[in-house]
Amino acid sequence: MLSPVNISMESLNLITLAPMLIPVVGALLIIIMDLFKSEQDKSLYVMISLLILGIDFMALLESAGVFAKDGTVMGVFDVMMIDGLAILSQFIIVVASMLFIPLALSKSRFSEYAYAEFFALFLFMIAGFQFMVSTDNLILVFVGLETASLALYTLIAMHNRDKSFEAAVKYFTMGALAAGFYSFGAMVFYALTGSVEINQIASVLSDNNYADIGFVLVGVVFMLASFGFKLSMVPFHTWTPDVYEGSSSALAGYMSIVPKIAAFVVAMRLFEFLIHSGVVWLEVVLYALVVITMTMANIWALVQQDVKRMLAYSSISHAGFVMAAILIGTTQANSALFFYWILFSVTNLGSFSMLWISRQKKLPSGQQSDHSFDKFSGLAKTSPLAASIMALFMLSLAGLPPFALFWGKMYMISAAVTGGYTVLALIMALNSAIAGYYYLKLIVYMFMKDPIIVHNADISAVNATNAIKTIVGVAVIGTIFAFLTVNSLLEFVTSFVYNSGY
Amino acid sequence: MLDHILSILIFFPALAGVLGFVVNKDSIRSYGVAVATIEFVLALWLWFAFDNTVSGMQFMETIALIPTFGINYIVGVDGISMFIIILAAFFTMIGIASLGDTKDIKNMIITLLFLQMTMVGVFVALDAIIFYVFWELSLVPMLYIIGAWGGPLRIYASVKFFLYTFAGSLVMLVGMLFMAYFYYQATGQWSFALLDWYRLILPETFQLWLFVAFFFGFAIKVPMFPFHTWLPYAHGQAPTIGSVILAAILLKMGTYAFIRFSLPLFPDASVYFMYPIAVLAIIMIIYTAMVAYAQKDVKQVVAYSSVSHMGVIILGTFALNVEGISGSIFLMIAHGVVSGALFLLVGVIYDRRHTKMMDQFGGLAHVMPKYATIFGIMMMASVGMPLTINFVGEFLSLLGFYQQSHILTLLAGIAIIVGAIYMLAAYKKMFFGNVTKEENKNLPDVNKRELIALVPLVIITIWLGIYPKPVLGPINTSVESVVQLMHEKSITEEAKKRIPNLLEDITITKTSMKGAH
Repeated sequence: MLSPVNISMESLNLITLAPMLIPVVGALLIIIMDLFKSEQDKSLYVMISLLILGIDFMALLESAGVFAKDGTVMGVFDVMMIDGLAILSQFIIVVASMLFIPLALSKSRFSEYAYAEFFALFLFMIAGFQFMVSTDNLILVFVGLETASLALYTLIAMHNRDKSFEAAVKYFTMGALAAGFYSFGAMVFYALTGSVEINQIASVLSDNNYADIGFVLVGVVFMLASFGFKLSMVPFHTWTPDVYEGSSSALAGYMSIVPKIAAFVVAMRLFEFLIHSGVVWLEVVLYALVVITMTMANIWALVQQDVKRMLAYSSISHAGFVMAAILIGTTQANSALFFYWILFSVTNLGSFSMLWISRQKKLPSGQQSDHSFDKFSGLAKTSPLAASIMALFMLSLAGLPPFALFWGKMYMISAAVTGGYTVLALIMALNSAIAGYYYLKLIVYMFMKDPIIVHNADISAVNATNAIKTIVGVAVIGTIFAFLTVNSLLEFVTSFVYNSGY
Repeated sequence: MLDHILSILIFFPALAGVLGFVVNKDSIRSYGVAVATIEFVLALWLWFAFDNTVSGMQFMETIALIPTFGINYIVGVDGISMFIIILAAFFTMIGIASLGDTKDIKNMIITLLFLQMTMVGVFVALDAIIFYVFWELSLVPMLYIIGAWGGPLRIYASVKFFLYTFAGSLVMLVGMLFMAYFYYQATGQWSFALLDWYRLILPETFQLWLFVAFFFGFAIKVPMFPFHTWLPYAHGQAPTIGSVILAAILLKMGTYAFIRFSLPLFPDASVYFMYPIAVLAIIMIIYTAMVAYAQKDVKQVVAYSSVSHMGVIILGTFALNVEGISGSIFLMIAHGVVSGALFLLVGVIYDRRHTKMMDQFGGLAHVMPKYATIFGIMMMASVGMPLTINFVGEFLSLLGFYQQSHILTLLAGIAIIVGAIYMLAAYKKMFFGNVTKEENKNLPDVNKRELIALVPLVIITIWLGIYPKPVLGPINTSVESVVQLMHEKSITEEAKKRIPNLLEDITITKTSMKGAH
């Protein structure tokens, strides 16, 4: 006879689950609203999503308070976890989403925003990412990853253009492959240690002193490939430029930030203990991966004819740059990862929003793609403000002081220096110099060339509304005045990372 | 107000630049001149308030910026940097005043004001990261000036200029981060403050590596042979104002940084690399002088002669004694005045004829006598004739290096004679003989606006050539403390021997005076 299950509510620690449940409930709410009265204006759903994300943010503040008081907290049968990494990455996810969702209020009508499902899926996706980062359990990571990814594929396809379908299918295929690799890797680790929890795996492996190092490496290879796809590391990056090109600029900007930070956190949890326990092979492979990703993506970006594709390669390169933090693995490096990513989000969301603002509904004749370099030629003459803002974001991405990303870059290189990776630090610095060229290329087009394509109207703001302008304004202020916030941000990030033992 | 004079000097032009967006296009030139004049007066006030007897930093300001990582806004000025700041303010002023009819003049003047902020910022920054911020930021206005107002190859030239310098400075940034890390290891605290770093004594191997890292950043900026290839393009394509600012101020950032960073931070490495760098400097002097002789374009002649003289500055800096370093700092100012003036003069003739080819001219002395006179004076100064400003600097630099190596100094001295040849040849081609070209017969002489810019430069050239003491005095005081610091910090025997101990010198003179009695 089965004995009744006795669980006290306190042991469940439901606060650990609250931040993910909020967007799930919000998504359901949006679907229900659609059932009652369909075909409502997108502004309604945008605001509802924004409010829900606001509540999510409050819940995160709450759990940050719990973490600051009690340290790492486990809950819901020790599956969920609140630690510094989880909180920091969720902050990035939620804030970036809050900055993203008003971009839906574009002037031109795009079909995807007419559906309530877009916003519901968007919130489900956020919940997925939040699950992914706030657990130690490989199975729950998988569930979160798939929830988020499936929602994201649909969001891309909803853009409703030939290229969008191509992008979605491409992303889906690659994502399915990555998921396969992931489950294989997790299976190997389970077979070795009898556990799917990362800290359990770590302790079992170190107890038997990595006796089955061969199998560990097999697991690591699968995991590396899987995260390689998700983080678009070279040579698993091939889908990235096409997917970015096929999806709307706003979504592309979002994809360059949020899914990656979620994957970074999981990679950090998994690879950190492996590197620290002296799996030299992993260190070598990661080193090579980081250097190749940074360098090759930069070189490919040099020859792009389309600004969005250029930014896609640039974000691959930035991901490689940040991956170096996981390789270095000191507290400073891990803090630098979050620090860099926060500053990167501000600038990159800004630059993709600028593309979104100038998005024409139909391509004029003589223009190859939505955002070809030619389109921006001579922009400084027709709309100096837009050109200056775009140039500001480019300079920030190039790492020119005192704009936002410089501080991230500096701290990251400093982490490499402190961690003893001198050559890596030099490679990172020189890569920034290579990257300087393609960011400069856009500035050259805007400021030093004459207009090539004759536009009937001011193209810099065809798609602009006050909401989008506000988002760009926030990004501009964040990029210019980053140096005022760097100190508190650094203290905040470092204390969270340090207190969760990374 | 005097307590914050440096911050005012930095941010006043930038603020004025922002407000300049509102000013009407027709009045923007007057606005620019007014702002630049106020800035210049402030800089002169700084000189007036400056205490010549103090060797250390004055008017220091500290504001915490990122204390957790040891980055603070620290500025200060000493005899080494003060005159370059005044020079920067001066050249921005006469640059804007002499600006001819330019398209988009509003953008140009606002850009110049931003550029001025970065220039002053570099020379007063006493925190490595703040220094780096201004150092890098100065690239952007210059990129725009060359790229938007330059000649046919302007985009290539501006991008090359930007990427070259950017790449070099990133290596330097890694060096700075290492330096801060060593400081952290030694003291347990992050700091990028230069005065903190001065107190740190590093083992020789570390010094060598860090010296090389910093060297890349500085040498590309100077530009030293073999990193000089961006400069002829930049000068060749830049508009007159761009060349003037580039030659007069921006290049000085590199040589200034050698004195501010490399020498006091790495005295042993400086001694170790003294000969290789001196050889590079001499190659740079001779080679660019010969290249200058082969040019057909008068602006390229001036550009290469400018590089050639930068070699003398480097040579003086790496003499590592008071005469050499003081001489090189004085030569920085002299070179700024003279090559700035020469670029302005080339601009004058370019405005009239829209060509810079020397074979298009000839006999200009008959047509434009005032122009020929001023050009002649500046040319003589550039050659290093006694009683002109350049002579003092070159003489001291070479005198300083003579104490380190006789042969190399001799070589450098000979190279200066080559300088005389190409400059005189260029002058002959342009100004003497008969007026062969019809277009040249009725060229107007220099007008009032151009005279406003050129006459003060002539006065400075001759005045400081005859009586350099008001400038040389404060420079000397500050340099003495730098050399003394280097002597005390150095750890190898060789370095102790090469870098003179000034305190000892004083005791020796005292005893010899006693002996004389």
